[in-house]
Amino acid sequence: MDAIKEQTSGRGRENLLALLEAEQGKSGYLSEVFIAEVAQSLTIPISEVYGLATFYSFLSTKRLGRNVIRICKSVPCYLKNSQMIIETVERELGITTGETTSDGRFSFELTNCIGACDKAPAMLINNDVHGDLSPTKISQILKLYK
Amino acid sequence: MPEKRVVLENCELIDPSDITTHIERDGFKALEKARKMTPEEVIEEVKASGLMGRGGAGFPCGVKWELARKAPGDEKFLICNADEGEVGTFKDRYILEHDPFTLTEAIAIAAYAIGAKQAYIYLRAEYHFLLDVLINALDQAKEKGFLEHLDIHIREGAGAYICGEESALMDSIEGKRGEARYRPPFPPAKGLWGKPTIINNVETLMNIPPIILDGARWFSEMGTEKSKGTKVFSVSGDVEKPGVYEVLMGSKLKEVVMDIAGAKNVKMVQVGGATGGVIPYAMIDTPLSYETVLGSGGVTVFDETRDVIDCVYRSMEFLAEESCGKCAPCREGTEVMVGILGRLAQGEGVQEDIGVLEELSNVMMLSSMCGLGQAAPIPVLDTLKYFRNDYQNRIRQSVFLRSLRGIK
Repeated sequence: MDAIKEQTSGRGRENLLALLEAEQGKSGYLSEVFIAEVAQSLTIPISEVYGLATFYSFLSTKRLGRNVIRICKSVPCYLKNSQMIIETVERELGITTGETTSDGRFSFELTNCIGACDKAPAMLINNDVHGDLSPTKISQILKLYK
Repeated sequence: MPEKRVVLENCELIDPSDITTHIERDGFKALEKARKMTPEEVIEEVKASGLMGRGGAGFPCGVKWELARKAPGDEKFLICNADEGEVGTFKDRYILEHDPFTLTEAIAIAAYAIGAKQAYIYLRAEYHFLLDVLINALDQAKEKGFLEHLDIHIREGAGAYICGEESALMDSIEGKRGEARYRPPFPPAKGLWGKPTIINNVETLMNIPPIILDGARWFSEMGTEKSKGTKVFSVSGDVEKPGVYEVLMGSKLKEVVMDIAGAKNVKMVQVGGATGGVIPYAMIDTPLSYETVLGSGGVTVFDETRDVIDCVYRSMEFLAEESCGKCAPCREGTEVMVGILGRLAQGEGVQEDIGVLEELSNVMMLSSMCGLGQAAPIPVLDTLKYFRNDYQNRIRQSVFLRSLRGIK
C-alpha cells in the first residue's frame, strides 16, 4: 500500500487512473479488496474508486482472460460486416460476448469505434489492432495468443 | 480540387522514429522562430491566420490562447487532445503514427505562447500501440534541447468516448470519472485543477508550425472566407479507398468521397461521426467548411443498399452507451431515442414516433450539458428532413402488417 500512496501523492489522485490500469493489466481485473485498499490509502470513499472502475470500458471488476478481444461494433465496421467477426470468434472460442473461455485464455467483448475504420472490419486483441478481417484470418490471429 | 498537404506535409516522408529526418525537413525551425517572437506576437500570428479548432467545436484558436495568456496565475496548462473517439475518425491516429515530431514542436510553441510549463497529451486507450512512438519522439526532442522549460506528460485514457470532450478530459486527467463540467467557467479561465488551461486537438496543433514558419497571410489565403487552411478527413464505409485525405477547406464533399475515395452509388454521407450531419446524395456538392458541415472530419459513406433508420439507430446506440450520465437530457434522451429508433428499425413503429423524436431532439439540443447530448439529435433530425419518406413508409408498412396479424 505504501507503493500506492507514493504513486498517488502530489496532485492527490492524478495517478489513480494509471494505477487502476496497471492493476487491470497485472491481475486481469480490479477486485473489491483492491478497490477498497486503494480508497483507504487515498482516504477517498470506496464509491469514488468503484465509480472509476466501472466508468471506463478498459477497466473491469470481473476477472478477464489473459487475452481480451474487443470487436468494433460501430457503424463503419458494421458496414463492413463486423457481424461476421463476432460469429467467427464465437464459433472459434465457443463463448459469446461478455464471456471468458474456461481455460482463461480469452475474453471477448464488443467495443465502440477503435479508430481503425480504414481497415474495417477491425478488432483489438489486448493492445494490438487487427484489421481487414476475414474468417480465415481470424483463426490464424487467434493462434498467436496463448 | 486535389489533395493539399499542410498538416500531413511530413507524413510518410520522415522516419517517425528518427528526429534527424524531421530536422532535415525544417523541423523545429518554427519553434526557433516563435521563441524569437514575444508570446503575444505568436498569439497575434495565430489569430491573424484564422485557424479554428479541428476537433469539432471550431473555436478560434488564437482567441482561446489569448484568454489563457491573459488569465491571472503562474501555473497554466496546455493539453493536446489525442482522445480521438469520434466514430469513423482516425486522422489523429495517422498523424501520431507518422509525424509525432511536428506535434511535439507545436505543443512547445503553444505552451510558450500561453505561458505553460506543463503540457499533457491525453492518448486514448485504443491507441496504446502509439505510446512508444510518442515517448520516443518526446525523448529525442528533449535530448536535442527543444523542450527546455517544458514538461510534456502523456496520460492514457481507459476507454471512454466522452473523455474527448474537453471538460470530461480534464476530469479524467485529475483521476476522476470523465464527466462533463458545468460552464462557465471555461478552461482558459479555470481548467485543469482550476488553473488556466488550453485544450487543442492534435490536428489543430499540427497547423501551428507551418503558420509560424510561413506566416498567417499564407495560411489565410487558403480556404473560404470563414474557414481557413485545410482539413484532414477520415473516409470510411462504402468507398473503394478508405483512408486519410487532406484537402483545402471549402472542397466539395463529392471530391473527397467520390473523386478521391472512389465511392459509387452513394445514398448519403455522414460528416463528423456519430453526431455528424447527414448529407443526401442530392447535396453531394456541399462544400466542406465551418459554414456548412465539418465536425471532426469523420466521413462515413453509405451506399444505396443501406437502411437509413438502421444506421441512425446504431449511431444512437453508440451515443447512449457513451453518454457520461451526468445530465438527464442526454442520459435519458439518448436511451429513449434508442428505444424509438430500434422500434422503427424493427418494424414496430407507430405514427407518433416521428413527433416524439422531433420534440425530444429540441429538448436535448437546448438543455444538455455538453456537445454529446446537444449534437446527438443531429443525425435524427437530418434524416427526418432528407429521408422522411423512409421513416413514414416504414411506419405505414409496420402498421399495416400489424393490422393483418390483428395487433394494434
